[in-house]
Amino acid sequence: MTRPLLEVSDVSKRFGGVAALSGVSLQIPRGEIVGLIGPNGAGKTTLFNVITGLYPPDSGNFSLDGRRYDPESIHRVVEAGIARTFQNIRLFAQMTALQNVMVGRHIRSSGPHSGPLGAIFRTPTFRRNERAIAEAAQSLLHYVGIGALSQSLASTLSYGDQRRLEIARALATDPLLLALDEPAAGMNPTEKNTLEQLLRRIQADGRTILLIEHDVRMVMGLCSDVTVLDAGRVISRGAPRFVREDPAVIEAYLGRGHRHG
Amino acid sequence: MDILVQQVLNGLVLGSVYALVALGYTMVYGILQLINFAHGEVLMMGAMVSLSVISTLQFLFPGCPGPLLLIAALVVSIPSCMAIAALMERLAYRPLRSAPRLAPLITAIGLSIILQTLAMIIWSPNPRVFPDLLPTAPVMVGGAFLAPKQLLILVSAAVLMALLMLLVNRTALGRAMRAVSESPRMAILMGIDPNRVVALAFMLGAALAAVAGLLVGMNYNIAHFTMGFLLGLKAFTAAVLGGIGNLPGAVLGGLMLGVIESLGAGYIGDLTGGFLGSHYQDIFSFVVLIGVLILKPSGLLGERVADRA
Amino acid sequence: MKRNAQLGLLLTGLALFLLPFAAGLLGDAWIRILAFSLLYMMLALGLNIVVGYAGLLDMGYVAFYAVGAYSYALLASPHLTDHFPVLAQAFPAGLHLSAWIAIPLAAGLAALFGVLLGFPVLRLRGDYLAIVTLGFGEIIRIFLNNLNAPLNITNGPQGLARIDPVRLGPISFAEPLSVLGVVIPSAQLYYTLFLLLTLLVMLISIRLEHSRIGRAWMAIREDEIAAKAMGINTRNMKLLAFALGASFGGVSGAMFAAFQGFVSPESFVLSESVVIVAMVVLGGMGHVQGVALGALLLYAIPEGLRYVARPLQLELFGAEWIAPEALRMLLFGLSLVLIMLLRPRGLWAPTRGGSA
Repeated sequence: MTRPLLEVSDVSKRFGGVAALSGVSLQIPRGEIVGLIGPNGAGKTTLFNVITGLYPPDSGNFSLDGRRYDPESIHRVVEAGIARTFQNIRLFAQMTALQNVMVGRHIRSSGPHSGPLGAIFRTPTFRRNERAIAEAAQSLLHYVGIGALSQSLASTLSYGDQRRLEIARALATDPLLLALDEPAAGMNPTEKNTLEQLLRRIQADGRTILLIEHDVRMVMGLCSDVTVLDAGRVISRGAPRFVREDPAVIEAYLGRGHRHG
Repeated sequence: MDILVQQVLNGLVLGSVYALVALGYTMVYGILQLINFAHGEVLMMGAMVSLSVISTLQFLFPGCPGPLLLIAALVVSIPSCMAIAALMERLAYRPLRSAPRLAPLITAIGLSIILQTLAMIIWSPNPRVFPDLLPTAPVMVGGAFLAPKQLLILVSAAVLMALLMLLVNRTALGRAMRAVSESPRMAILMGIDPNRVVALAFMLGAALAAVAGLLVGMNYNIAHFTMGFLLGLKAFTAAVLGGIGNLPGAVLGGLMLGVIESLGAGYIGDLTGGFLGSHYQDIFSFVVLIGVLILKPSGLLGERVADRA
Repeated sequence: MKRNAQLGLLLTGLALFLLPFAAGLLGDAWIRILAFSLLYMMLALGLNIVVGYAGLLDMGYVAFYAVGAYSYALLASPHLTDHFPVLAQAFPAGLHLSAWIAIPLAAGLAALFGVLLGFPVLRLRGDYLAIVTLGFGEIIRIFLNNLNAPLNITNGPQGLARIDPVRLGPISFAEPLSVLGVVIPSAQLYYTLFLLLTLLVMLISIRLEHSRIGRAWMAIREDEIAAKAMGINTRNMKLLAFALGASFGGVSGAMFAAFQGFVSPESFVLSESVVIVAMVVLGGMGHVQGVALGALLLYAIPEGLRYVARPLQLELFGAEWIAPEALRMLLFGLSLVLIMLLRPRGLWAPTRGGSA
């Protein structure tokens, strides 16, 4: 049994008097697409934010690829190999699609002459670095299907294209784990299909994906492993078929009048 | 010991003025998350207008009693300041409601400059003397002396603040303000027009600033087109100190800042072995401001600011 | 940098180099105005890095101008040797730091202050950052105004005088220079130096803009959390922006001290910071050419008005209703408000992505 890529245990987080997460554990097997579901307010995005370093946890153990990491600062988490997208799409609005993805290459292009001096003197090394960044970014845009839009301002892109751009940007950081927060939200069925194909392709190319999604059909179709949160606790985990039948899960979704689909 | 009491009292007088102005900042920030940079200038306008009214009346009716002049000044300056504030809100801030945060801030700075310059043009760049309108003989209050005008500041500030609290907590308008402050979207759903509430918040703050302007002019016997800037900054510091968006916080912050400044100015020479003199007094508020923002940005009583999605 | 932009820059540079000859025909005062415009351009370009690229509204930028000016003034005037016998003994010929050492020194010192002032404000959001930096600017001015007792370091409100001019070998910029029968006034010598410095600053800005660093700054400006989520160390990037931006201010300050021969705290008041912000906003935040233009307009027009306003008002109204100083400030305030309302991206809208 190979070691999971991401392993977090005993994660807790309180906001004021509210326990957003209590003793949550999560394992993500390497190379899989893993789903994180639960009713609204279950703590899914909070868990995301804790894992990716946006909120400091009150307690918890975190390890990525066998190495412990400290989710205290976002940029170190990214350096370690976790990249994420946001529920509300946080693109750099006044920058082009290409520039957005080039920003994603920032941490993987910190070689010699990549700092201000290299920029000011425009050394050959600097120029080579810049070219490499631009090329990598352009090919990532192609990869997610918006290669033709590289010069468009991010704010002018369609909703679906913006979501794809965000994924391209996250991929640019060359992550071990790609964490997507509701990437299909607001998409029509055609767009969702395209997204599914993209995610499968990303997985086939060797990356691991953690997915928060409300579209249960999509989660069941894509994910090999699903963890269910409710009120800050893990209430179920396993293959989608199993989780779907789990009474605890059904009660969490339907028992309190929540609808899903 | 008497000196300490004296300085604390002086500080409270100063602090009352800060509190009045801080309330204006905090009301606007609580609803819009906007620092109304031009608020200090509204105070200055209040002082200038009051001075003009008083000078004119003294010229026309030489024997006019002080208190009457004060009331006349307020009758003119309060509506004027409210009008200025409403105009600023309508013309400069409202169009930028959905703009990135830097925009209204820069606009506010621009408005502040415009108001100062207009005052400089209308009332001359030189400081103008504010006449004494009350008897000047000091009154004994618990071991220290207070001039009647200082007493007036304390009393009127207290009364106004109490009235404001009443308005905010007991009236429909106050409820509307608090609703918009918590959640503009919910407020709309409940039939409240946020634009009107915002305009009213600006005007209320302006009214308080107008009174504060008159009080400051009286206290220092001077009115100058630059008087609004530093005072505004200090009042803003007070609002932040108490917790921006928090009305009682603004009062607490104001009073505290006044006392800190008063004591600091008195003792700084001793504290620094003569290295820093009392001209460094103005630095206190900056230091307090920087300290609060860096160490405890939510202030003493905590921020009450609506969440912007 | 693209071919066209390079060519455009070269042509503009040439035109600017020849400009004072034309201006000189109207009088030496106009050359001085041009020279000061360049100093302000450097300031605006420096602030552009902080505000325009990184999105940090620094309202106390004049502090770096002051650091540059006073450090040059102290190292190239009789003040320190006059007041501190220890130094007079160590430097019997007086302190006469060469401008060529002073410029990088001023840049470095200002950069240091940039980091010092940037450190406490790293986690502050927009409006608070503005107020705190404003506070810093004022604190520095108050210290400059009061550090004349017990040790007279800055000479307080009286300022420092008899500052050395720039010297190039035997040539002193304080004297007119005769070249091939053409007499070049002192102001024009300074103008040329400032022009070279400004072009250098513009070049550096543009190169930074189109680089990994520039993109990181803009990412921070657009959305700091998303920038962090891309692995950008926002703390270091912000400090870098402060340091580099401040260094331009320091250079400008040193040149100001040399040019004017005299500095006092009066030159570093808050309204100067506001003016510089106005220049950046007017020109278009993040747009180098726009900012330079904004600086020129907002400096040269009010200065020009000074000569024109009085006679014009006397003509039109029979009396001077508005003093030039008031006109200047009115112009600044109005430009800030109107630009934000009507053309928030600045007068000279940029071509493509990258600017705010």
